Amino acid sequence: MPRLSVYFVRSSLIYLILGFTFGGLLLANKGVMLSPYIWALLPVHIEFAFIGWMAQLVIGIAFWILPRFSSNSPRGNERWSWGTFILLNVGILCVVLQSLFGLRWFSFIGRVFEALALVAFVIGNWKRVKPIST
Amino acid sequence: MPKLTRWFIKSALIYLVLALCVGILLALPIDAPVSSLFPAYLHMLTFGWLTQLIFGVALWMFPKYTSAKPRGHEWLGWVTFILLNTGLILRIIFEPFNSLSPSVLGGWMIVLAAILQWLAGISFVANTWVRVREK
Repeated sequence: MPRLSVYFVRSSLIYLILGFTFGGLLLANKGVMLSPYIWALLPVHIEFAFIGWMAQLVIGIAFWILPRFSSNSPRGNERWSWGTFILLNVGILCVVLQSLFGLRWFSFIGRVFEALALVAFVIGNWKRVKPIST
Repeated sequence: MPKLTRWFIKSALIYLVLALCVGILLALPIDAPVSSLFPAYLHMLTFGWLTQLIFGVALWMFPKYTSAKPRGHEWLGWVTFILLNTGLILRIIFEPFNSLSPSVLGGWMIVLAAILQWLAGISFVANTWVRVREK
């Protein structure tokens, strides 16, 4: 597994724990009311579970297993995918900061970062979606 | 494909079919209290289907832990499987019922479901973390 995939997958595992923790609190709060404020964690739970855990895992595994080039840079220009890793995680942080602390515009900025992260990944890996032998 | 992976994947497929059936119920144009199933429906798809499928495939495909223990502590994988499915089944049963007619037992069963599902995540990460490494 390449170093960048290790970063992606380990980050996704951290978000899995965070997402499950927030989700567990939300569910437990439905059974036995712990605090009325816990419901406000729902957007953070969704962000951690969908973007942090699932999307990030998929990207990390795709970077690992998509067909490689027979050259000195088998995964193409990796800078695009490193950019994806940084943009995606800064984006998640921004979205969560608005959800938790009500910081205006942070969610918008975070979503832009997340979209740019995916654009960078597509640019960096588009040509790797090919028959293995070429 | 290891036995535990087959259990994860087949269970994931069952949840997918069940979720789609619940989706049909939710779409029925009748006045029935089925909307309380919506959170369980979402989690059958995202947790029972997607997450469980990922757990099973990761257990199978991730770099080997050691040549003697290629999939780490296999018992921990089984613990994850049992916790995940017990927690989710409890949720599917008690969350809709408790929203229709709340009870102390129902409430605590939901708390138990939350704890079991959380522990499933922790045990998966504990067994998987060391297998995520450079080769």
